[in-house]
Amino acid sequence: MQKKNLVVIGNGMAGARAVEEILARDGDQQFEITMFGDEPYGNYNRILLSNVLNGSQRESEIYLNPLDWYRDNGITLHIGVQADSILRKSKCVLGCDGTIEAYDKLIIATGSRSYIPPIAGLTLENRQYKPGLFVFRTLDDCREIAEYAQGRGRAAVIGGGLLGLEAARGLQNFGVAVDVIHRGPHLMGQQLDAPAGAILKSSIEKLGIGVRLLRNTTEVLGEDRVTGLVFDDGKTLAYDMVVIATGITPNAEIGKRCGLKVERAIVVDDYMRSVDDPDIYVVGECAQHSGRVYGLVSPLWEQAKVLADQITGRDPGAAYHGSKVATKLKVMGIEMASLGLTEPEDERDEIVQFTEPKKGTYKKLIIRDGRLTGGILLGDISKAAYLMQAFDRGTPLPDERLTLLFDIGAPARQVTFEEMPADAQICNCNGVSKGAIVNCVKSGKRSAKTVMDATRAGTGCGSCKSAVTELVEWVCGGVVEEDPSVHYYVPGVPMTKPELIRACREQNLKSVSAVFEALADGIEDAASKPGLASLLNTIWPGEYEDQRDARFINDRVHANIQKDGTFSVIPQIPGGVTSPAQLRRIADVAELYQVPMVKLTGGQRIDLLGVKKEDLPRMWRDLDMPSGYAYAKRYRTCKSCVGTEFCRFGVGDSTSLAIKIEQELQGLDSPAKLKLATAGCPRNCSEAMVKDVGAVAVEGGKWEIYVGGAAGAHVRKGDILCVVDSHEAVIQYMSRFIQYYRENAKYLERTYGFLQRVGIEKIRAVVVEDSEGIAERLDEELRKATAVYRDPWKEAFIPATPNQFASLLPVIQ
Amino acid sequence: MTDTGTEVVLGPLDSIPTGEGRTFGVGSERVAVFRTRNEQLFAVQAECPHKAGPLADGLLGGTTLICPLHSWKFDLRSGEALMGDCGLRTYGVRVDQEGQIILATRLASE
Repeated sequence: MQKKNLVVIGNGMAGARAVEEILARDGDQQFEITMFGDEPYGNYNRILLSNVLNGSQRESEIYLNPLDWYRDNGITLHIGVQADSILRKSKCVLGCDGTIEAYDKLIIATGSRSYIPPIAGLTLENRQYKPGLFVFRTLDDCREIAEYAQGRGRAAVIGGGLLGLEAARGLQNFGVAVDVIHRGPHLMGQQLDAPAGAILKSSIEKLGIGVRLLRNTTEVLGEDRVTGLVFDDGKTLAYDMVVIATGITPNAEIGKRCGLKVERAIVVDDYMRSVDDPDIYVVGECAQHSGRVYGLVSPLWEQAKVLADQITGRDPGAAYHGSKVATKLKVMGIEMASLGLTEPEDERDEIVQFTEPKKGTYKKLIIRDGRLTGGILLGDISKAAYLMQAFDRGTPLPDERLTLLFDIGAPARQVTFEEMPADAQICNCNGVSKGAIVNCVKSGKRSAKTVMDATRAGTGCGSCKSAVTELVEWVCGGVVEEDPSVHYYVPGVPMTKPELIRACREQNLKSVSAVFEALADGIEDAASKPGLASLLNTIWPGEYEDQRDARFINDRVHANIQKDGTFSVIPQIPGGVTSPAQLRRIADVAELYQVPMVKLTGGQRIDLLGVKKEDLPRMWRDLDMPSGYAYAKRYRTCKSCVGTEFCRFGVGDSTSLAIKIEQELQGLDSPAKLKLATAGCPRNCSEAMVKDVGAVAVEGGKWEIYVGGAAGAHVRKGDILCVVDSHEAVIQYMSRFIQYYRENAKYLERTYGFLQRVGIEKIRAVVVEDSEGIAERLDEELRKATAVYRDPWKEAFIPATPNQFASLLPVIQ
Repeated sequence: MTDTGTEVVLGPLDSIPTGEGRTFGVGSERVAVFRTRNEQLFAVQAECPHKAGPLADGLLGGTTLICPLHSWKFDLRSGEALMGDCGLRTYGVRVDQEGQIILATRLASE
């Protein structure tokens, strides 16, 4: 196939990112790629320019793609060549040096330039800026500012937005006295409201930077170089240098000249194409989508993905629907986060607010219909990661609004990443330090997923995953990549859970190898096998074609593997109620097989530890008790207290309820383990409120059903699903919830994560009020799943595979 | 080339289920032999170099093996560690005409 010509105008973050996304979709098979870049460099991270100015990073550290990258990917780069015009009829681009490049598809990624307000006296007679006057946009600007600032006395920065404050901070490093001159009533008008702006002002003034608000600059003084500024109130101040940082103007002229529709920027449709020409795509700050122009980096990433999906034909359904803008910033060492709106816009909007000006802390959230629509965090941003996620995904917020602003009762916020020493341990399971993660990101891993794979951080109990993700973001300076596989059900099959379920049903896929064959180009992925096995068993109860190699070892030998390769044996003891005869039998077996340790488990059972694999079947036969399933991603156990049987406080029969639950749900497979409990009164001795599913008896013959509790790596009190008045009703709603969870949770997503993702209101609506009309089907599916229960320890008599329980096959030589 | 004079018969191919592995004791050595779903055989040291996890109990996908204890990952063809920092010893292994597994006791990587 003849390759088509793809020409990209602009080699900034947007242009280069779009090309990276196209290459990631094998676009180099379809296109000869040519790029125009008017700066004489490879591509760099503009966000980090202020670090170069303030000296905390070297120029070489902010390059994203060095010149080698273009060569290695077969890209022709016209470096230092500005594209002058686009000839749409003859489909070619003219460069300022006479270069002509023909295109089949064109991407405009010209970005933006500094907006220069109408001020007198900016230039000399030769129309050049007066010496001492600068804009702050490129690496060259950065160098010139740094050079000029040496030995100067006073500098002014015009513009009190993010960039202006960054520039002021950079200038301060050269020992000059800096004033920030701002037209508006408060600093950072885009991200902050008036009270937050006032707090920021006083924090900045404490750092020795002057802030002059409501000052409109009318003239730059000086004959042959800058000597001062004049304001609209007639006052004059003396300065040796001035940096203009008053916002950006999209570089849309090239589009206008060739007849494309331009308003504030070049107007694009949902496919990132110019509305006038299907062969011209536009991305980044020069693009206007649904009336909005974005000046931040994350919308640009989203646009680049859609553009690449479209231009390569990889996903013709891909569309851009605008971005929710949430940013985490650090200005002069002051941390802040800003999400969506800064002021309420609707009378339904609810405001939750906290101010502590002395400490420089301000928090404000705008909530509409129980979901976050805006927010400002200043000074203390410990809740930023959670809030940004809730904002981005539109997840329902907890009723206890206070917990949105503070971690009540939680340990004090740990030190910031900057203060943290390199040897500080982030992942406590695998002993991965901050330094190891930072080095990994610097070596080129730019997504949380790839860093976790490479360092193993976050792959143990998983409780540090959010810290690892934040650290990766911090090191990347916002240029973080999202690995698409985080949305897949399992990494080896590129589909979300609903997509995968649909495909398995439609194509009648009933075994793990059939799924790989049909949906993953025949490529088996070891890590994906147990998750697929679990899902198929849920979709096809009784019909699932079991392949033993798809199971984790625990599920192949029905016991939990231990650190020395031995196993643990935990027989079923429903409700934790046992008998002298049963205890005697367990004791006999423990002695006969010389079990090294006998221990009571947290789930009210008895654990025989250190058992050799070959002893497993005989021990099961001798025990003559069913498996307690203490090794699988399944229903595990249901703890109980003694309830009304003996306890003088008991108001409900919790023990027989627990036994009934166990009989109903034993062996049921699930996306992650399920630990249950029943409590006979609200004293909750069996800890039912922090179980995946729990029932607590309350006076009046009623039971409260709790779901989504946790008390392991993560601690969470469950949410009340409903209150019912019989054992049968408890079991019915618990079962229906569990089936809904089985069908909708990601693999290894515990109920607490599922609850937080979906929200209790939605779950209550589906499970209790039957809002989707699926209650009957859920009950029926669960009935089918539990009907195929068979005690796996029966394999003691008929092994499922050759040498199933052999730990060593001796060879006679 | 592997010296065929030091080969050992481990037993019939069907002593290993497809997609799984089993550990064989050859003299004082312990060797894990894997049979992939497309009927390739691979033989490597029986214990994981990390914490001595029994590799034959691992998860096999294609030619990738995941240790059951801490998920170190290896390519069975070369023994190379895909996740973790130490690789595996590999052995030559094949099936003869009678369907017997034949192991070259001399280390293939030597």
